[in-house]
Amino acid sequence: MGQDQASTGPGDALMNKIIYVLCLWVWVGAAVANEGGPPLLESHANLDNKSNLQRGARTFVNYCLSCHSASFMRYSRLVDDLGLSKDVVEKNLMFTTDKIGDPMQVAMKPADAEKWFGVPPPDLSVVARARGADWIYSFLMGFYRDDKRPTGVNNLYFPATAMPAVLSRLQGVQVKLEAQGAHVDAAHGEGHAGPILELAMPGHQSPEEYAATVRDLVSFMVYLGEPAKLVRYKIGFWVLAFLFVLFIATYLMKREYWKDVH
Amino acid sequence: MSFIGKGLLGLRDWVDDRFPLMQLWNDHMGSYYAPKNFNFWYYFGALSLVVLVIQIVTGIWLVMNYKPDAASAFASVEYIMRDVDWGWLIRYMHSTGASFFFIVVYLHMFRALLYGSYKQPRELIWILGMFLYLSLMAEAFFGYLLPWGQMSFWGAQVITSLFGAVPVVGEQLAELIRGDYVISDITLNRFFSFHVIALPFAIAGLVVLHIIALHEVGSNNPDGIEIKKLKDKNGKPLDGIPFHPYYTVKDSVGVVVFLMIFASVVFFAPEMGGYFIEDNNFIPADPMKTPLHIAPVWYFTPYYSILRANTVDFFGVPGKLWGVIFMGLGTMVFFLMPWLDRSPVKSIRYRGVIYKTALATFVVSFLVLGYLGTLPVTANRTLVAQIFTVVYFLFFILMPFYTKWDKTKPVPDRVTH
Repeated sequence: MGQDQASTGPGDALMNKIIYVLCLWVWVGAAVANEGGPPLLESHANLDNKSNLQRGARTFVNYCLSCHSASFMRYSRLVDDLGLSKDVVEKNLMFTTDKIGDPMQVAMKPADAEKWFGVPPPDLSVVARARGADWIYSFLMGFYRDDKRPTGVNNLYFPATAMPAVLSRLQGVQVKLEAQGAHVDAAHGEGHAGPILELAMPGHQSPEEYAATVRDLVSFMVYLGEPAKLVRYKIGFWVLAFLFVLFIATYLMKREYWKDVH
Repeated sequence: MSFIGKGLLGLRDWVDDRFPLMQLWNDHMGSYYAPKNFNFWYYFGALSLVVLVIQIVTGIWLVMNYKPDAASAFASVEYIMRDVDWGWLIRYMHSTGASFFFIVVYLHMFRALLYGSYKQPRELIWILGMFLYLSLMAEAFFGYLLPWGQMSFWGAQVITSLFGAVPVVGEQLAELIRGDYVISDITLNRFFSFHVIALPFAIAGLVVLHIIALHEVGSNNPDGIEIKKLKDKNGKPLDGIPFHPYYTVKDSVGVVVFLMIFASVVFFAPEMGGYFIEDNNFIPADPMKTPLHIAPVWYFTPYYSILRANTVDFFGVPGKLWGVIFMGLGTMVFFLMPWLDRSPVKSIRYRGVIYKTALATFVVSFLVLGYLGTLPVTANRTLVAQIFTVVYFLFFILMPFYTKWDKTKPVPDRVTH
């Protein structure tokens, strides 16, 4: 990449400019992707803290794993990835007759589940990759009382969901305030589902505690969707560092050889 | 000379007496004279080869654990991602490699449009390259079914049912391709076969032909000057330098820079915001649930836009069939480039403002169509897609005229370096 590359003609310069502008434009366009429905809450899911992931794992096995499987995930993985001992995983995170090397299955038969809920609860192994962390966070924040639904609840982000409000013991019961507009905006950022849901009956956890619980749960589900995420950034850093050194070496070699090209 | 050195030379000579080893080396590397003024745009041929090797090697390892079976394909990909040592890395290199293959090939093709690399005497290189491009599209299309997610399934369903638009034999043709009435286990098996055997063979063979043809006529360059016209007393081109070592060391730099960009995506953004790996493809294929919005991967979206832009029936032919026809023409029309371009000069450096404008407009239309192809259809977007589809084809249809009328500049004898 010596002087030989600087010697581009006027036509090239024009092309380069056009490509640059278009790249920028496509990039900006890509940022405006999520369409329809209320804007999602930000989950702030984060995989850096092992204890958050452990808390998320506990919530997951206690509240989700009764109906939803995570059949691509083995319990033994939690030992390796979350800094837990085999003993802790077996005693605290496994409630069935599963062995430590087994995947996270549920005992509920899909046919029964379909009869009870209308749809069998989906496997959650990669749901964070399909839906995104913010969607799951918003969904778990978005339940509100709706007597018209068979489950007694509806969801702001997934209207007419078949899922009951499994976490309401923790969160409490929210109600939807219809079209009250601007003044309830203050509730936003409190960890609640935007401006139109209000806590009518408190749960075991305060709104802040519940938000943290869901955040840890979502973080765990992000990890669950891609366990490699815990290591790939670190490995990527070293790969890039190596390539950078290699770049300097190859560049110097190129410059040396090209000295005699005039 | 050391004992080992002598042994290696002896081995070389032994082989050379029985196989044209040194001749091949000299013809393609040691004494292949390439113009000395290659610029940025000339990295992408070598880079395509690098990506091909990445795809073949990672592909070999993926096949060791992948199961081409509708009941277990999705799970086997997740098995690779979780339980196979470094499986996630192999898989991400392959999925990222697919997109990067198209990035480097599109840039490689754009280079040809910039500097007239398809023009006489390189028409055959261009045609072989076009066959490579079509093979690559087929390879990507077949491969995309294999993860057996919702987008894999419905993308393949949409594309195979396009053949149903062909009059009279359409439905039978679509069934022949799928081997079934819908995308099924049978389709998955045959697509797997095409993806790992048929097309890799075709691509490897075409690459060899592409390079042999290139080295026969010699490389073009940013000035579009034939360096073979002016030679020194030894018969070597004055503006040429041996490919090895000059371009092997220079391309090495390009390869390392490329690998840095490639590794950044592999390790830090393998889904590339849903453009390289679509979110919906993490939902297992479900023939009973059609996704609201079916979009192919980004590299097909310009053609997908052209397909969807054809909504009007005319000359008694339904819009859907026109869409298929124009989508096909949109890819095939590149074959005609060497004969559509009537300009006396090759490089954009010596062309006039008309060609520059035309090429810029074409690039804009290609990108706009590509962007629209990733989005759900609305009436306005369809209108924009229709306008740019017309612009896209006008670039080719009017080319014989505007390249002839364009005011060109005199081309120097020697390259600017």
